[in-house]
Formats: sequence, structure tokens, C-alpha cells
Amino acid sequence: MDNRSVKIKNLVKTYVDDRGRPTFTAVKDINLEINDGEFMVLVGPSGCGKSTTLRMVAGLEKITSGTIEIGDKVVNQVKPKDRGIAMVFQNYALYPHMTIYNNMAFGLKLAKKDKGFIQNSVSRAAKALGLEKMLDRKPQALSGGQRQRVALGRAIVREPKVFLFDEPLSNLDAKMRVQMRAEISRLHEQLDATMIYVTHDQIEAMTMGDRICVMRDGLIMQTADPLTLYRQPANVFVASFIGSPPMNLLRGTVQRGDGGLVFNEGAGPNSVKIPLRGEIATRAERYVDKPVYFGIRPEHLSNEAMDQMHVPLNSTVDIAEPMGSESLVYLQAGNGNMIARISGEHIFRHGDTANVYLNLSKAHLFDAETEEVIR
Amino acid sequence: MSSHSFWYASSPTISKPLANVEDSRLKTWLIGIAGWLIALIVFFPIFWIAITAFKTEQGAYSPDLIFKPTLESFREVFARSNYKAYLLNSIYVSLGSTLLCFLIAIPAAYRMAFFPTPKTAGTLVWMMSTKMMPAVGVLLPVYLLFRTAGLLDSVWGLIFIYTLLNLPIAVWMTFTYFCEVPGAILEAARVDGASLMGELRDVLAPMSLPGISSTALLLIILSWNEAFWSINLTSAKAAPLTVFIASYSSPEGLFWAKLSAASLLAVAPIMVMGWLSQKQLVSGLTFGAVK
Repeated sequence: MDNRSVKIKNLVKTYVDDRGRPTFTAVKDINLEINDGEFMVLVGPSGCGKSTTLRMVAGLEKITSGTIEIGDKVVNQVKPKDRGIAMVFQNYALYPHMTIYNNMAFGLKLAKKDKGFIQNSVSRAAKALGLEKMLDRKPQALSGGQRQRVALGRAIVREPKVFLFDEPLSNLDAKMRVQMRAEISRLHEQLDATMIYVTHDQIEAMTMGDRICVMRDGLIMQTADPLTLYRQPANVFVASFIGSPPMNLLRGTVQRGDGGLVFNEGAGPNSVKIPLRGEIATRAERYVDKPVYFGIRPEHLSNEAMDQMHVPLNSTVDIAEPMGSESLVYLQAGNGNMIARISGEHIFRHGDTANVYLNLSKAHLFDAETEEVIR
Repeated sequence: MSSHSFWYASSPTISKPLANVEDSRLKTWLIGIAGWLIALIVFFPIFWIAITAFKTEQGAYSPDLIFKPTLESFREVFARSNYKAYLLNSIYVSLGSTLLCFLIAIPAAYRMAFFPTPKTAGTLVWMMSTKMMPAVGVLLPVYLLFRTAGLLDSVWGLIFIYTLLNLPIAVWMTFTYFCEVPGAILEAARVDGASLMGELRDVLAPMSLPGISSTALLLIILSWNEAFWSINLTSAKAAPLTVFIASYSSPEGLFWAKLSAASLLAVAPIMVMGWLSQKQLVSGLTFGAVK
């Protein structure tokens, strides 16, 4: 079988004005390898360079420097149609004047495939996507979800080495989005194809990706599988971007107290002080009297101390969002707020003293200057 | 008085919307009347030409609306000049210049709409600004250039000058229509394997066909009606219908009936075309703002 991997090496995209002067660098020297058959998600806030990267892989955007290889072949100068890719766009980008059948068949017709072959591939794709009854209609007669399915079908019939998705679910309503998410994941299982998927939605990224590449300001912040990204964020940005509700981050310093190291939020008598124990204390050793971020996810705040790694947090309940089996509790702690995800059926009232414990074995420390994690 | 107060007291919620409906109905009427009035004022000269064309030369001066129609003026016009030759020239020139215009305007608009640079907006305005130059200002140099190039009194010369004349409008309008086509659709076509020509022919052209056809109509009408350059740059061989009309005015004094007959013959084809394509024409002239 062909090699369908994608290798991005030292990729740079700098936009220039009409006199050739550089105006804006959207992608800054990134390296990324996407394995054969992998579902890679590029995720980040808007303007992070994820779409630009995808468009360079597609050949829709010129590469300033660096190389892109698809299946061991450098494709920098190869036209989009000859790269073995297919792309699904955010706004579907269907041909409005063609029927659904012709939308899907367009690429194959241009490739001069014979009629029987075209008919076969289109009807197979239409069947897989539940579009058989709509082949004679025009795109405008279809709903958003159906249109995006046609766009998927158009990609499938090309039998590409690599599927490229540019925020394909952003235009759909919430319910349809969940459904299409599953559908694309299933498609990945069935076709066993390499897929690169761009989104700004971290939930989409977490639920779909084999691996996730988090980008910001044209740089890759971290590339890892979803759980690693969640458990071991490499920096403050990834820590706060992945996870919902986001990780609690407190800025303060590490101080040496009587009983060992303490994280102190500083400022004021109310400020949060967290005694550091075990592994996290060892990591903090080099940062005594230096600014750090203390990070902990909402689910690692609990209402009971399971072991000695759980340390109490002085806080009061601000508001609570009971969701049945668990509650999101917004806590007033020190000078700021923290969110706790408390499991079990509880009722919290505004102003109550909250008995919550931080699970230090799940907490993170970040260098406040470099924003990198302290290992 | 008492009945009034009773009425208002009992049904204030009903009387109010009723008044509003009447208000808007009145407004519609007034707008309608104003519209008709303007239309009549605009149409009146054409109407007058049309009836004068069927009068005798003696009767042409009387404002009678009731008279015995005659084809005498038409007979004389046909006898004196070769209407068909003028008509053919008009057709050649307006169709030819429109085609040539599109040949240049479509690639230009494509580039500006889908690959804009910071200068694109300025370029468009600059192109339009050339329309503000008085034509007489360049008559002499253009005349001399045409003489040297042997383009005087040739259909090709007129096609050339009309193309230059209408190009800004053609580019501007096609640009506007292309801007309504999402760029991603063209990119999808590119990924699907369409060449540049394929992209234009199979995707962009069909999608902007309504816009392109109303632009075409407008360009044809503009070329058809153009009188300044045609009168100054042609004489016999390549003269279009505008020259044909002009030939009935000055040299032998004013013969209103014959002049009207000639004018009617000149504007009739384009009026029929305009009538048939009213809808496209309106959307073209308003740049698609009115549907």
C-alpha cells in the first residue's frame, strides 16, 4: 500500500504586500509528522495559523519556505489535484448550479474516468452517506448537515491519500455537529485514511483526534494524543486551552515555610497558600522565590480528602451549577476564583464555606516567565 | 361626538392598525403616481418621436394627437439611406465591443475578486475615474492615432474605442458579481482538478451568469447609443445608427418627420431588446441591489 503520511518540515508562511515586503507571518517554522492512517487535529484560536498550514498542505496557499511531503514526495510545487488530497470546507463549497450527483462526480469527470466507474463510486459514496435519494437535487434544496455530507462524498470519491478538513462543522447547529462528528470518526475507521482536521473547538479536537497539534501565533505549542495533552500539558496555553471548564491557574511564588515548600498567591492576607508535597514539591525545589503558575483541573478539586496528597483549600461558594450527577462550583478562594467539579448529588449555597481539597498529585506547576511546565 | 368617543374607547386596538394599513396604502399610491409621472416624463420624447414619425412633414409641427398616420417618412428614409448597412454596423460594433470587453474584463475581475491586493480597491476607482474625463479632450489625439493606424471609418476601430470606453464598467460590474461567489467553491474546483479555464468555464461562469448577462445587456445598450465617437470617427463605411440619425438633422434643415422616423428605426431594436430583458437589466443597473 502507498505511504500516505504527511511530513511538514520547517514550514513558514509569510504574507507580503504588493511590493513584496513581508507583512505578517502566519506560520513560523513548524515541524509536524502525520503518520499513515492517522487522524491529526490542528487546533487553536483563530489566527493561530492552523488553516494556513492546512491550505499549504492542500496547495491552495504558496509555501514561503520549508517543505511538505505527502507519501515521501515533496509536493511544494505540485498542483492541488495531483497531491492525492481531498478537502472539505467550512461553508461546504458545493457547486450550487450542479446536482448532488454532479457535485460528487465533478472531480472524477475532470480526471477522465469512464462513466461506469464514476457512477459506481458516486453511488457507493451516496449510499454510505445516506444521500441516494437526493442525487438529482441541487445543493440549495438540502439542509446544512446534508450539504456537508455531500462535501464528504465529493472527497471520498476521489479516493485521496489524505483528507483535509477545514472547520467542517462550524456552520452546523449543535446537534448536527455532534452527529457529523461521529460520522467523520466512523468514516476514518472505515476508510483507514490519513486525515488532517482543523478546528478551533477543543471538544472536537479531543473527541476526534488520534493526535492533536495545538497551535498559537503560528507556532506549535504541543503535539500529543488527547490524554497526554490533558494530563501533561507542556505549557500554560495548552493547559488553559484544553479542557472544559478550563484548568484553574493561580499565579504566585514558591516559598520555603516551616513545614516545607508552599505555593503562595502573594498579595494580601486572603491569598491562597497551598502546601506542596510529594513529587510536585520536588519539582518546585528549583523555583523557590520565583514566580510560577499553579494549575489544577476542576475535577481534581474534591469534597473529601482521599489521601495525604489532598490538601484543603479555604474557600467559599460563589455560585454552583448542579448538573445532577455532578456540580460545577465556582469558588471564591483568595483574591480570585476557582472552579471545582464535585461529583455526587450536593446542594451548594452562595456564601457557604466550601470544604474542598486539591489533589496535588494531579496539579501542575508552570514557570511564570517561559510559561513552560516545570517537570 | 358621543359615538366617536364610544368607538375609540371600545376598540382602540383595532382602530390603530387599521389607520396604519390605510397610511401605507396611501403611501403606495403616492409612490405609484410619482413613479408613473417620472416614467411619463422620461418616455414622452420617445412617444413624441413615435407619433411624429407617422405624420407628414407638414403635419409634423402640429401637436395633434389625432391624425391620419402615414408611412411616407419611412419610405423616404429607406429610399435615401441604406438603413440595413447602419443597422448591421451597430450590431457588429455593439456585439463585438461587448465580447472584447468581456475577454479583458473577466480575467481582470477574476484576479481582483479572488486574489485581491491592497491596491485592488484603488485600481477599481482609478478605472472608473477614466470615465470622468471629457471625451472631447482626447478626440484630437485619438483621431490622429486612428488616422495613422488606418482605423478611421472602420468597424474594428469603433469596436476598439467602445471596448476602451466600456471596459471600466465591465470590470467593475463583473467584479461585483464575482465577489458574490465564495472563493472556497473555486478552491474546491481546483482541488477537484479543474484547470484555470475549467474553473472559469465550469464553475465561475455558470454561477455568475445572471450578472454577466445583465452586464452584457448594459454594454450592448451603451455601445448602441454611443454617438460622440461614432460620429467623429466614421463616415460612410462603418457608420452605425447614431450616424444615421445625425445625418437627418443638420445638413438640410430640420425635417422632423423624417428625423423621427430615422430615430425610431434606430432605437427600436434596442428598445425591444431592453423590453424583453427588463428584469436582468434592472438588476444589472443596480448592481444586483434590487431583486
